[in-house]
Amino acid sequence: MSRLQVVSGKGGTGKTTVAAALALALATEGKRTLLVEVEGRQGIAQLFETEALPYEERKIAVAPGGGEVHALAIDPELALLDYLQMFYKLGGAGRALKKLGAIDFATTVAPGLRDVLLTGKACEAVRRKDRAGRFIYDYVVMDAPPTGRITRFLNVNDEVAGLAKIGPIHNQAQAVMRVLKSKETAVHLVTLLEEMPVQETADGIAELRAARLPVGRVIVNMVRPEVLDAADLELVRTVPRTAVAQALSGAGLGGARRGGKAGQLVDPLLAQAAEYAERYALEHEQRAVLAELDLPRHELPLLAEGMDLAGLYELATELREQGMS
Amino acid sequence: MTPDPDPAQDPTRDTAQEPAQEPVQDGARRLAHAPVLDVDPLLDDPTTRIVVCCGSGGVGKTTTAAALGLRAAERGRKVVVLTIDPAKRLAQSMGIDSLDNVPRRVKGTDGDGELHAMMLDMKRTFDEVVEAHADAERAAAILANPFYQSLSAGFAGTQEYMAMEKLGQLRARDEWDLIVVDTPPSRSALDFLDAPKRLGSFLDGKLIRLLTAPAKLGGRAGMAFLNVGMSMMTGTLGKLLGGQLLKDVQTFVAAMDTTFGGFRTRADATYKLLQAPGTAFLVVAAPERDALREAAYFVERLAAEDMPLVGLVLNRVHGSGADRLSAERAIAAAENLEAADLEAADHQPADHEAGENEAGENEAGENLEESRIVDQGGGKAGLRNSPDTYGSSEPPAPAPSGSRPDESPSSGPADMTDESPSSSSSPENPDRTVDQLTAGLLRLHAERMQLLSREQRTRDRFTARHPEVAMVEVAALPGDVHDLAGLRDIGDRLAAGRPELP
Repeated sequence: MSRLQVVSGKGGTGKTTVAAALALALATEGKRTLLVEVEGRQGIAQLFETEALPYEERKIAVAPGGGEVHALAIDPELALLDYLQMFYKLGGAGRALKKLGAIDFATTVAPGLRDVLLTGKACEAVRRKDRAGRFIYDYVVMDAPPTGRITRFLNVNDEVAGLAKIGPIHNQAQAVMRVLKSKETAVHLVTLLEEMPVQETADGIAELRAARLPVGRVIVNMVRPEVLDAADLELVRTVPRTAVAQALSGAGLGGARRGGKAGQLVDPLLAQAAEYAERYALEHEQRAVLAELDLPRHELPLLAEGMDLAGLYELATELREQGMS
Repeated sequence: MTPDPDPAQDPTRDTAQEPAQEPVQDGARRLAHAPVLDVDPLLDDPTTRIVVCCGSGGVGKTTTAAALGLRAAERGRKVVVLTIDPAKRLAQSMGIDSLDNVPRRVKGTDGDGELHAMMLDMKRTFDEVVEAHADAERAAAILANPFYQSLSAGFAGTQEYMAMEKLGQLRARDEWDLIVVDTPPSRSALDFLDAPKRLGSFLDGKLIRLLTAPAKLGGRAGMAFLNVGMSMMTGTLGKLLGGQLLKDVQTFVAAMDTTFGGFRTRADATYKLLQAPGTAFLVVAAPERDALREAAYFVERLAAEDMPLVGLVLNRVHGSGADRLSAERAIAAAENLEAADLEAADHQPADHEAGENEAGENEAGENLEESRIVDQGGGKAGLRNSPDTYGSSEPPAPAPSGSRPDESPSSGPADMTDESPSSSSSPENPDRTVDQLTAGLLRLHAERMQLLSREQRTRDRFTARHPEVAMVEVAALPGDVHDLAGLRDIGDRLAAGRPELP
């Protein structure tokens, strides 16, 4: 099991939720995980219903069996100052640099530096050990940028190593790359059973593979329950509406004749079923496309009551049961 | 470079910079107090020159931009849609397999207007800016610089900057009545508005000056402090980045020197263009918590920046034609049917009676009457349909029973002779199948109603916070958009003001 779990996905697929659920799932049975946020959205704090996370590792949840989830929202600016302090003991000079706009330059404008700092911090957490030589965190889960940018984001160190051909940035970039391209890392992609996210997932996987980054699993999120099966849908197309009206009436929903209460329900209910049928066929196709990717696949249910903390634990349990952790 | 957006036509818009349209007709029908955003008057208004669609990723921003562009074109305007990163299918839906950095005419639109579409190529756009502002030799040096190549290919913010740059260019050409812009899927809402300024100020800023011209500064009195800072800093940067990268940066900056002034001016001009009357911001969202939270953030940010917001497009809203039937009642009814099934399975011949008891329990005798009437109606319908047709389309059930699933054993004299007497108690008992199916339909409905109320709650939370924001809801489509007809359909939904049911 890779110790750095990177979770990406198209916007709107719920990658932050999946990353959080995965961190919880990996933390069960006394394990300790670090959930890392790199995009400054404070999505983790919202999910765990806590106040905004500072640039500081702190415990945000307890997993069943005594495990712990810690979280960190990486702020590239602070990460850079941290880094300068660590390697150069540049306390005051750091502030001077900031005044001159150099920090702003380094974290927002200099090509890739920002991403180097973000991935670098995550890799540092992966490798960090306590005095007894044990890893501080059993797993680090990263809520990463979306699928469209993930390869560039993870691979930026390669680019930077090429750009800065010598010096500490070069070395740092190469060290990070060694972790990211090893078995220590797995990049998971979250998708929905819809055409565009699935297409983007397939493209993203091709890109990751071309960059020789380790692709992990595909997680299909927000899967709606199968209410009607193929046989039902076949029957929907042929069933006389009067029969349905009568069944509705029999269930206590009013009169079955055309103007009756149950009778009035038939058309809208059948229309909803027709929509469902269309989506059902589409989802079927998308599952087939995903199957061709030849990767382990997990499915997480759509939570009828919307996402909340309880739902997060539910998804974590689901991931555990499906053997993702 | 960037012309004033026609001040002559301003007065009307100045006063009506909020929605230029009157949210009258639909307002009363809505539960929440949000005014309805009417897109047609916006698209038709000749003073509307730019529509910017912004919002978080995955909410259908690009599709909305394309649908608005098509609608405006088919209502007679000459439109160009600037997309950032369209899905392949969407590009194909506009009949263009590969959109590139040049607007291409979209074929197959109705009416007198024209639709053009293009996809932003940020590196190409950046190159063009360089080529336009430096002489050939200098331009070649810049384009070949490794630092420039990384910068232009995509550091955080290039895409946003270049999108705005391209918008400025398109507007300056004044070839189109209306430019519809899709915005990049930014890390955060801030990037899209900030990046142009940030890049402008960086390229124009003192850091770059320090990097390029240390000698000039060194000589002056009073700049000694800066000079110390500078040498310390270039020293540190040199240590950090490696001397060679710093040298690349310095060469790049030196080569770019002449175009610097231009960058800030351009960033400022684009910013002003966005604030000008004639520009309309549409925030796009889906009725989900995260998307609407981002939308709220956009709304606040746009207000803070004096950007003209006209409203919110809420995509993928669900409705139901049977919304008077609550989720709870639907589930209860489904359970009723399933329980009746079990009973029927236990006491096979008592099928009809069981149904009667059910009805008697839940409804008055009147309903029972109705059921009987329908029994006959069903019988007639069954007779009209040839058993073979149904039998072939539904193999698992015996043909005759399949043809008349609504028939209870005692009420179908016409077919009774053909049927084996035990058919009603067989596992494929037609009543059971229809009951099961109906229970499924009810459960499906319950799911829909739960989704509906969740969406409404989410939407209402937004409306409570921003009651002034006009809103249009676009019904969810079961599938994706594949062609102009699909885009047209979305355009119709956008203009309808509220989702069609179901």
